[in-house]
Amino acid sequence: MSFNRYILIYRESDAGVDKNENLFDAFMKELGEKDPSNSVQVVDAVMNGKADPDSTLVKIIPDNIYFKCKDPVDAIKIVDDFIIKNNPVKKLEAAANNIQYRIVLRNCGVIDPENINEYIAREGYSALEKVLFDMTPDEVIAEIKKSGLRGRGGAGFPTGNKWAFTQQAVGDVKYVVCNADEGDPGAYMDRSTLEGDPNSIIEAMAIAGYAVGASKGYIYIRAEYPLAIKRLEIAISQATEMGLMGKNIMGSDFSFEIEIRYGAGAFVCGEETALLASLQGERGMPKPRPPFPAVKGLWGKPTVINNVETLANIPVIIIKGSDWFNRIGTEKSKGTKVFAVTGKVKNSGLVEVPMGTTLRDIIFTVSGGIGNNRKFKAVQTGGPSGGVIPEKFLDTPIDYENLVALGSMMGSGGMIVMDEDDCMVDVNKFYLQFSVDESCGKCAPCRLGGRQLLTYLQDIAKGNGDLKDIDKMKRIGNAMQKASLCGLGQTTSNPIQSALKYFYDEYEEHIVHKKCRAGKCLELLTYTINPEKCSRCGICKRVCPASAISGDRESGFAIDNAVCIKCGECYNRCKFDAIDRG
Amino acid sequence: MRDNIENMASENDADSKKVATPVRQYDVVVKILENYQYNHEKLIPILHAVQEEYRYLPEAVMMYVANALGISPARVYGVATFYAHFALQPKGKYVVRVCDGTACHVKGSMNMFETIKKVLSLSDKKTTTDDLLFTVETVSCLGACGLAPVMMVNGDVYGQLTENKVKDIIENIRKHEAGVKK
Repeated sequence: MSFNRYILIYRESDAGVDKNENLFDAFMKELGEKDPSNSVQVVDAVMNGKADPDSTLVKIIPDNIYFKCKDPVDAIKIVDDFIIKNNPVKKLEAAANNIQYRIVLRNCGVIDPENINEYIAREGYSALEKVLFDMTPDEVIAEIKKSGLRGRGGAGFPTGNKWAFTQQAVGDVKYVVCNADEGDPGAYMDRSTLEGDPNSIIEAMAIAGYAVGASKGYIYIRAEYPLAIKRLEIAISQATEMGLMGKNIMGSDFSFEIEIRYGAGAFVCGEETALLASLQGERGMPKPRPPFPAVKGLWGKPTVINNVETLANIPVIIIKGSDWFNRIGTEKSKGTKVFAVTGKVKNSGLVEVPMGTTLRDIIFTVSGGIGNNRKFKAVQTGGPSGGVIPEKFLDTPIDYENLVALGSMMGSGGMIVMDEDDCMVDVNKFYLQFSVDESCGKCAPCRLGGRQLLTYLQDIAKGNGDLKDIDKMKRIGNAMQKASLCGLGQTTSNPIQSALKYFYDEYEEHIVHKKCRAGKCLELLTYTINPEKCSRCGICKRVCPASAISGDRESGFAIDNAVCIKCGECYNRCKFDAIDRG
Repeated sequence: MRDNIENMASENDADSKKVATPVRQYDVVVKILENYQYNHEKLIPILHAVQEEYRYLPEAVMMYVANALGISPARVYGVATFYAHFALQPKGKYVVRVCDGTACHVKGSMNMFETIKKVLSLSDKKTTTDDLLFTVETVSCLGACGLAPVMMVNGDVYGQLTENKVKDIIENIRKHEAGVKK
């Protein structure tokens, strides 16, 4: 298992297999001839995002150089010149985004996730070995505390403290739970980590088990992630077979086993106490805290619950030490954070950067900025629990505290970029609808407040709003923040509160002028034909699915707004810009 | 999946607990229950398996599961209605789940949803076609935001959708089904 170099051939999820087949064969054939010692491995890697349709991205590790390959001839050139002769091949080189720093995603796309040997070859399970034989549970917890690692699920609670509370809690049986119920729409770092590097999560859970004194772990994962489930199952069975999991791990006194449990589609189960209820076969309803799960969790026993991304950091911290980890990031937020940058950026995908990187660097440098010649408007971080951040704050270094100060939050790391075509009222309505659907209904502030907020938003989007509604919305939002039982209700109003802070004028426009500048709120739209620009070609009349356009080539055309369904078909099809939308 | 459950269950048959005269039509359910040792804490995995078998949760089966686990039907019903994954109405052979996560939403997922409904003559109230071939629904996020807008037909994910692409996908399934019938 000793390769000097790896050639990663990237494809876009399962779709691009055929496209790369020739290239893959070309590399294999050329290496077979020129590299008899078999020191280079070719890897079929999956890209976290969108690929260039005309070429295939190829990465060489450890050189960290990217190439763009179009046909098999390029493969031969890379092997001959770069791999064998060590000459640069500038012509094929692709730009790399060097501000990324991979800790959590260190193995994703690099190793075969269904082969435990490849994980082991990259220092896998050596952290577990180190804690089992060279460290006491107290030392492990002290190391994690010192590293400054904070929970990546959203709230940012120090992981070391969580472990310490569970360790100190009295109980004969304790549990470790991995929260893989990634429900935040627009975030998929946990799915990618589990699919790309399942063993790192299993190893980290065993380390957590050793530290807090637990011998049983549960992974609570969404049923919508079948591939992640399959790969976790493979990883667990391979690890058990090799004695890295199960009874007397590596011959020590420590035993640990892991069971996978499926979620069934409930966002609120990301909340610790609701997740535990779901694991016990009940409705996923949160309970008041305290008692905290660290003291009284699963079946009343002390339980430590960590998110996938948090756990993925653990083995690295153990191997490289807390001092190393401590140097990455900002004063209060250590390490890196994975963001799922999606929406209107040119290159959507996962981005892992050190804490303290600015939003501008992530959106414009790594993700390539906004496509289609549109202008950046805002970015939503923290999903339905977060808020929008406008352009003037793009240079803020990202950490837990700064995002909260801007009225948003870190959340699980979803980053939805919006341009001028997105309407704040519409986006708020979308998030509110989501939060209302997902509210479990247990506590009144969330159940009633959310619905009331949604009613106001629906009215505003239809042009039936009143400026007084804004004050009412703020008051309801504040009440929900203070009185809701769990994080879901406490944060439901966050998107609205932040939009009112930064995009008040847009709300005002909807309410007072009955206009939606982005053209998203259909009820406020009217389409009219500008007779000066109209060439009377008649295409609008032909494409109108509602027959709302009358007239002929002699007298010109007109739109009857009582019949119009605002589909925008005429607006899109008119070649002369003769249809006004307002 | 069905074969799996039956295989796994038949291995356990010998040493499984005796159930008071299992009704024949619930043979499969009994096997599922045995598989999970009649443990009411595993109600959610049990319901997952039942739904895999029936494509939804029939009321009579939920009653049977409640009795067999020794819990109230209200608890089973409560769990079944709480989680979005469980369906109380029969679903079509092909379940089309259009992702309406934030990334898909800003990239026009609702247009895709409307297109599919139009192609299949469905509405917000009527989500399954009369021939029980298609069910169309939205899902809060499939976690494939890089490929937005996205939808899933049973186990297959389709990304970077356009209205034409969506129509083709539906048309191909129809053609495939017509071919199978002949």
